[in-house]
Amino acid sequence: MRESTIMKIHYGTALAAVALVAVHILMRLTQGFAESLEFESVLANYKFLPYALMLELILILLSIHGFNGLRVILLELKQGPTYEKAVSYGCIAAMVGLIAYGSRTIIMTNMGMV
Amino acid sequence: MAQVSSIANEQTSTPLSSPKTILLRISRYNPEHDESSRFMEFDVPYQRWTTVLEAILEVKKHFDHSVAVRYSCRQATCGSCGMIINGKPRLACFTKISELNSEVVTVEPMNNFPIIRDLAVKFEKLFESHQKIKPYLVRDDTELETDQKEFLQSPEEVEQYIQFANCIKCGLCNSACPTMATDSSFVGPQALAQAYRYVADSRDKGKDSRLKIIDDSHGIWRCHFAGSCSQVCPKGVDPAMGIQLLRGYLLGFRS
Repeated sequence: MRESTIMKIHYGTALAAVALVAVHILMRLTQGFAESLEFESVLANYKFLPYALMLELILILLSIHGFNGLRVILLELKQGPTYEKAVSYGCIAAMVGLIAYGSRTIIMTNMGMV
Repeated sequence: MAQVSSIANEQTSTPLSSPKTILLRISRYNPEHDESSRFMEFDVPYQRWTTVLEAILEVKKHFDHSVAVRYSCRQATCGSCGMIINGKPRLACFTKISELNSEVVTVEPMNNFPIIRDLAVKFEKLFESHQKIKPYLVRDDTELETDQKEFLQSPEEVEQYIQFANCIKCGLCNSACPTMATDSSFVGPQALAQAYRYVADSRDKGKDSRLKIIDDSHGIWRCHFAGSCSQVCPKGVDPAMGIQLLRGYLLGFRS
């Protein structure tokens, strides 16, 4: 993938994540922070499909943005074809792993398996 | 005739040496023999107009002829005498000692360049990067083939790039760039500013190929916009702005 395409995704995910995290924080504010962190309340949030989808989207956006940022930092620290390939594929693998693990939690809770 | 004689008398009565002196600290390093660099100190006389380069040449003439320094035009045109002067990348021929407001002047080789010896550094990487971005007008036709004989431009079209055409390839911007300090593959502000110089030229048709070259994992996106490249440029070029304008093309804000 061209670097400009990757960076467009990087900037886009940052902007979208800021918007969605703002919605997430506003929704927590309406509920009150102390109550919203209670176990039942968290489960209820995951079971409410639109909100669960938003949390899933935030997870994906932040994972893509964060791991690409990490890739960029690591590429600037050291250079070399083998190292760069390892960093790129390592970051993709870690990103997919985090999204899969987070999604598993969201999906299982949403389906009432927790 | 009498007038000429009086002028000659006046000139000869002007004192040749100045009572003022500065402590010139020169970084000495020979990669073939030395493990690390060290400073040698010299008391050098100077006048109001004495440049750092002149002070270094004074050292070579009277104290130690083995000091390695690269210079050529002595008028801030060739870009040969770039070095770190009192911690900042500058041209030695363009920097007057009196302007530094310091009793001590420290000169070191430029950062982010391999050292040949003392103050002289290798420019191969800079020239390679510069060559990579195709620093010439790319066209299918030539001025000889067209009826116009020359490719005319309006003053507005010239204004788009003329600032960037003042680059003298001295390497001070690359020396000041923090990304270049860590990313040895980074193309650098000098080459990126020159890429913009040709991309913004209305006569040029090589925009797409140049943008493709700089759209690399160690290309334009590694710039963190520290702005130090623009701060140190002795010719008023603003590479940081050029880089941001180039990004505009790649992000689709400019066409």
